[in-house]
Amino acid sequence: MTDHPLHYAAASGVFSLSWLLIVLPLAGAAVLLLGGRRTDRVGHIVGTIAAASSFVLGVVLFAALLGRDGDDRALSQHLFSWIPVNGFQVDAGLLVDQLSIVFVLLITGVGTLIHIYSIGYMAHDPARRKFFAHMNLFLASMLLLVLGNNFLSLYAGWELVGLSSYLLIKFWEDRPAAATAANKAFYMNRVGDVGLALAIMFMFATVGSTGFADVFGAAAGGVIGYGTVTAIALLLLLGACGKSGQFPLQAWLPDAMEGPTPISALIHAATMVTAGVYLIVRAAPIFNETQAARTVVVIIGAITILLGCVIGCAYDDIKKVLAYSTVSQIGYMFLAVGLGPAGYALGIMHLLAHGFFKAGLFLGAGSVIHAMDDDQDMRRYGGLWRYMPITWVTFGLGYLAIIGFPGLSGFFTKDRIIETAFDKGGTSGYLLGAIALLGAGITAFYMTRLFLMTFHGKARWSSEDPEGSQGQPVRHPHESSASMTGPMIVLAIGSTFAGGLFVLGHSLQDWLEPVAGEGVEGVHTFSPLVLTLLTLVVTIGGFAAAYLRYQLRPVESVAPADSEVTLVTVAARHDLFANTFNETVAMRPGQYLTRFLVWLDLVGVDGLVRGGAAGIGGLSGRMRRLQTGFVRSYALSMLGGAVLVVGALLLVRAG
Amino acid sequence: MNPANYLILAALLFTIGTVGVLVRRNAIVVFMSIELMLNAVNLTLVTFSRIQGTLDGQIMAFFVMVVAAAEVVIGLAIILSIFRTRRSASVDDVNLLKY
Repeated sequence: MTDHPLHYAAASGVFSLSWLLIVLPLAGAAVLLLGGRRTDRVGHIVGTIAAASSFVLGVVLFAALLGRDGDDRALSQHLFSWIPVNGFQVDAGLLVDQLSIVFVLLITGVGTLIHIYSIGYMAHDPARRKFFAHMNLFLASMLLLVLGNNFLSLYAGWELVGLSSYLLIKFWEDRPAAATAANKAFYMNRVGDVGLALAIMFMFATVGSTGFADVFGAAAGGVIGYGTVTAIALLLLLGACGKSGQFPLQAWLPDAMEGPTPISALIHAATMVTAGVYLIVRAAPIFNETQAARTVVVIIGAITILLGCVIGCAYDDIKKVLAYSTVSQIGYMFLAVGLGPAGYALGIMHLLAHGFFKAGLFLGAGSVIHAMDDDQDMRRYGGLWRYMPITWVTFGLGYLAIIGFPGLSGFFTKDRIIETAFDKGGTSGYLLGAIALLGAGITAFYMTRLFLMTFHGKARWSSEDPEGSQGQPVRHPHESSASMTGPMIVLAIGSTFAGGLFVLGHSLQDWLEPVAGEGVEGVHTFSPLVLTLLTLVVTIGGFAAAYLRYQLRPVESVAPADSEVTLVTVAARHDLFANTFNETVAMRPGQYLTRFLVWLDLVGVDGLVRGGAAGIGGLSGRMRRLQTGFVRSYALSMLGGAVLVVGALLLVRAG
Repeated sequence: MNPANYLILAALLFTIGTVGVLVRRNAIVVFMSIELMLNAVNLTLVTFSRIQGTLDGQIMAFFVMVVAAAEVVIGLAIILSIFRTRRSASVDDVNLLKY
């Protein structure tokens, strides 16, 4: 019927241990959270061991998958009957296949590195144990998300990563900004989650099951009508946009940078925010059936690329720039997966490469922030390369990887996306390709700006005493400890070689083919060589612009006022008014609605109840006066009553 | 003699009793008015018994008398004890139990 494996083989042997992948970090989290302060001293070790053991198991499973036939690499494991209601059966089960295993390796691998990094980064934080507990919880949730063999398990993981993301964003909850950012992330994710939940309900209503095998079989077999399949795809896309910080739900991601930097690296750059891309690739059989939904994915990707790039140029906060860079890079992934079977594998490829270099960049940024006494403003950096050589080199490799320096990861993965966008053909192909190309140029600009402002140029800080510092902030930058530089070095190696490894002999594309479908070798609009040169020229253009502006001319240590910069910069500084838009369209009407409802409750509902009570009270107060205490008046009323009864009887008799 | 006359007499006695209960203040007089009403009823019962030619009404009248006797015992005792504490037999002075 299709080339998609609709029947997964039953897991046996080492694969029957795949549930341990999730349980190991979960156990770590449970021990640290339930153990309380008693585990304070060993918290970071327990957490790191839990993550590392999960990674080791992931490698073992990957090796075992490599040893199997290409067609026989999807293994499903039934765990237990989850919701056994008559006519509604949901079983909890895991699916280890080509797609989920690369995610397992990314999550546990990068996760373990960031655990090690956090040992040093959070060394002086009194709540380090809680931090590791929440990180372990995140790993378990994320693994549940990618390993579930039905949409309901995926949804459970989806919500749990939202929870752990929330807990980690507000880790320093005594800062009002962090608490607000966590709430914002939670609310905006909720919008997307509703879409995912509705998509799952649609699936159940039409197919009667939420298992991947059943749903994809029905979609590929044409059992679901075009309208329904498009609706499901668009609702899945809404969920993906929420989690991945894509337009129009991108505004929470930059604010999430209020969390500790390792969290920004792990959750808000490398793993969780790419869950949307995973969802779309996982649901490839659904998206394959509907051109309309794929077009929407492509449009969202293209808009987000430009939006992230443009805003990234305007911020001076090093983490915010990296955050908007993440938004725009995920836009590339969305663009790729929206192009259909030609792009699914490319999206995953860029996702993995991005996981390496963006995690490395964030860890480098964390190292710099640490050295600069928690100052995140790049305008007060400068000339740091001499003081932090390891950070400079590792960050530099990540930087070269993201702008697509020939031979490094981004060069292979991003160029292929641009190429495939052009290959789509027609006006839309040219438009998408041009946007992707433009994005590459702007990426080179803002990343060069960030790199030069941080590590090069004249120091805009002083190591002198306050008297000699001439108003500049006093800093004593130093290289970070080995537990921090170690993971940075590993990730830098990954950013350097991962991309080449993926494209070498089509290795990753061939590996993913059973899940993502065969990439059709379409007609090339431009030959790959021409396009590579074109991309290089654009990238060099972006680099040169930034070099002229931020290396050859001195950088002001205070950002120019809004009145001195162009309108585009002003707009970009205000996130292209995304927050204003959200506040006007969603927040304020919501507030007005709640105020109205409160008023209605106070005046309407409470008024009715209180008015009724007051009326009855007043009436009884008056009727009470009838009890005078005079026996004769009681006698009179008894007589009156008797006369009435007799009169009534007579009347009835007579009538 | 026409039995209806007895009924008219009974109605008159009942009315006098009722008015007495409503307008007199002295507890003893009110009590006597109640007795008057009860006996008006008794007279009615006996009259109807006579008209019907059965004994049911007369038996009922005996019951009323017994109940009235018991009521007088209790009622007079109450009036007496009230008089002892309040030095008054007026029903309007006993108005503590009110709103």
